[in-house]
Amino acid sequence: MISYLLRRLMYGALILLGVNLLTFFLFFTVNTPDDMARMSIGGKHITQDLIDRWKAERGYDKPLYVNDAKQGSERVTDTIFWDRSVSLFELRFGRADADSGGDIGQEVGRRMGVSVQLALPLFVLQVIASTAFALLLVMFRQTRLDFWGVICCVVMLSISSLFYIIVGQVLFSRVLKLVPISGYEPGLGVVKFLVLPIFLSLLSRLGTEARLYRAMFLEEIGKDYVRTARAKGLAETVVLYRHVLRNALIPIVTSAGSYLPYVFLGSLVFESFFGLPGLGAYVIEAISKQDFAIVRTMVFVGSLLYIATFVLIDVAYTWIDPRVRLS
Amino acid sequence: MPKFVPLWTDVSVWLLVASGLAYAVMVLRSSNLRANWRKVFRDAGALCSSFILALCLVITVADSIHYRPLLKPAAGAAHDAVAYDTVTHSLLDLALSDLVDSREETYSRPFAYVGFTKESVTINGQLKRVAPRLAHGGAHLSDPEHQWGNDMLARGVGGLARGALFALVSALILIAFVARSRQARFASTAASIWRNEGEIPWRAALWTVVSLALLIGFVVSMMGYYHVMGTDTTGNDVLYQSLKSIRTAFVIGSLATVATLPLAVVLGIVAGYFRGWADELIQYLYTVLSSIPNVLLIAACVLMVQIYIDQHANLFETGAERADVKLFLLCAVLGLTGWAGLCRLLRAETMKLRELDYVQAANAFGVSPSRIMRRHIFPNVAHLMLIVTVLDFSSLILYEAVLSYVGVGVDPSMNSFGGMINLARIEMSADPIVWWSFASAFGFMLAVVLAANLFADGVRDAFDPRARAFRPRVAITREAKPSSSTSA
Repeated sequence: MISYLLRRLMYGALILLGVNLLTFFLFFTVNTPDDMARMSIGGKHITQDLIDRWKAERGYDKPLYVNDAKQGSERVTDTIFWDRSVSLFELRFGRADADSGGDIGQEVGRRMGVSVQLALPLFVLQVIASTAFALLLVMFRQTRLDFWGVICCVVMLSISSLFYIIVGQVLFSRVLKLVPISGYEPGLGVVKFLVLPIFLSLLSRLGTEARLYRAMFLEEIGKDYVRTARAKGLAETVVLYRHVLRNALIPIVTSAGSYLPYVFLGSLVFESFFGLPGLGAYVIEAISKQDFAIVRTMVFVGSLLYIATFVLIDVAYTWIDPRVRLS
Repeated sequence: MPKFVPLWTDVSVWLLVASGLAYAVMVLRSSNLRANWRKVFRDAGALCSSFILALCLVITVADSIHYRPLLKPAAGAAHDAVAYDTVTHSLLDLALSDLVDSREETYSRPFAYVGFTKESVTINGQLKRVAPRLAHGGAHLSDPEHQWGNDMLARGVGGLARGALFALVSALILIAFVARSRQARFASTAASIWRNEGEIPWRAALWTVVSLALLIGFVVSMMGYYHVMGTDTTGNDVLYQSLKSIRTAFVIGSLATVATLPLAVVLGIVAGYFRGWADELIQYLYTVLSSIPNVLLIAACVLMVQIYIDQHANLFETGAERADVKLFLLCAVLGLTGWAGLCRLLRAETMKLRELDYVQAANAFGVSPSRIMRRHIFPNVAHLMLIVTVLDFSSLILYEAVLSYVGVGVDPSMNSFGGMINLARIEMSADPIVWWSFASAFGFMLAVVLAANLFADGVRDAFDPRARAFRPRVAITREAKPSSSTSA
């Protein structure tokens, strides 16, 4: 198992290299540092001096891939690509492009805490709620409850999450005045700011997830071991909870696990709507300010988390399903 | 003569419609495909939603023929000088020119004859706060306070009656058509449709036609006289914006999914067929792509596109052209970043297929690999392509709203559901609440996405029998019925 994990991690590193190459190409070759400087300085009177200074301050004043002026290995190492890549892999993210921008690494560390506060409870509740709803539908399969439940799911998944947020904010915060509309405070007081986004996010994804899980349950229910369990006289609830649920957990973990990166990255839309200073809101701010350094870093952090997640899911398999041996 | 402006997305829409028609001809010729599509329409949800989607498609196509009207020569200009309007119109704009021209000052409620905000007016020397009359909404009423109710009633009933008449005529045509294909008498066909007998659920389809006709009849009779969905902050008609947004949604949904196809299909089949290093390389490519969170990757690409467009503003003659290129490139970005899922699916399916006897036989006969992939593998994975395309369609429409909110969606000058929701967000927190823009975007978007989802479910069920588990099983009576067409 150790050697399997090692291999997975090596492949992950290879993927990260690819991600790095792709983002570098996007951010430095499609647009040259000069373009970025012009964008960032803004205004009409842009002199080459200003551009050069802007580039020097951020370490962009080197050739992109190959430095012809240098000799030996410095031809490759004394370039923006080498600098950026090495610092990313050492998790030194450098400064933001904006003049007032601080260190991205510190900011990411600080904001990740907020994102986890929102997304971890959300993730757990999401799996529980969707599984419970799907189990309910499966328990009453081929009845009217199941029929209307699925229709309800289809309607719910046809509604944009933005609608849930806007209606939810108006209903719960403005009309019923149950929770504040948006905001954040450290400590336990944060709960009142988190309740609504968690609830709405739960609701907006329930349709998709519950329908998917229901299909997974139904697929398990048709299998032989379920018939055996029934044949030996087990009650339907026992069959469902002890046998079907346990076996359906494997595909459920895979599908739910693909959301795990967002546990750390935060939900872009929900964070920014509810004024939570997490990573998702950070990305949106960076996009609207066109701060490429932040966006570039977040792409890297995002894929790092994604790859880590899938290694974690692999490990989770061995725990959920003793038959699985990683090799 | 107006000057026709073939925008990038217009041409793409025409090409898509043309290839859709070509596909329809192919379906009609192939008994296998025909049987599968019959199965799609045996599903009531898919059948009904196909009417709604067809309606939206008509709007999309009408809104995809753009032109710039010829301006009257200016007074001092030379006679042969030709000048065109800087504003680009579409056929839909022409059809809805009433709505385009009926611009108010600012907000007004649906069906209102006065504005939403009050103004200070001096009446008989006294300063009063009154809501001003609208320039267009209810302008035909001389004494609106007393006439409004009756006028609404009269027009509403008139519109519904016309809608009902249209529904009746189309129902008769439909029944006659079904009767002909069944070679039965008209009355007995009508009775059997009413009892919901037969393979295709025509009764549900008829109900859809009737409700659509009533709704459209009502709206059409109203929209020349009132703002059916009110007006927005700049006084533009919200109904018009919603109708325009349908095109944006359709273009994104269809173009972006189609844009994923070439890469996904070619790479997926090549990886699955050749295996070895080609497979490794392609797997590596799509793992890299899919390990970047989707929104971030799209945001990064769109930002780059935006900078390019901003720096080459002189390439575009009008604002509409620039917005259109942005939309086109957004679809391209969505396509280039979104092919991983389908590619993975096609690779797995191809790996299964290549071991089958008929492929092995073709191989033994010395058929070249490229020909095997084209003739023997591709037709057998095409159904996956179709299923994924229709499933992605609705999710992309939803995605557009999120992207617009993040700031990497369509151009703000272009009508889109995302843009409408974005504006409505501020309006919904105003006091008193301005709800109609939001409600309109919600209604139209739900209708389009729900129809697309139901249709996609029908297609998936018909082409991939394993997917039945997604379906509720109460409607088992219909599915259990033996039918002759499935064996075709």
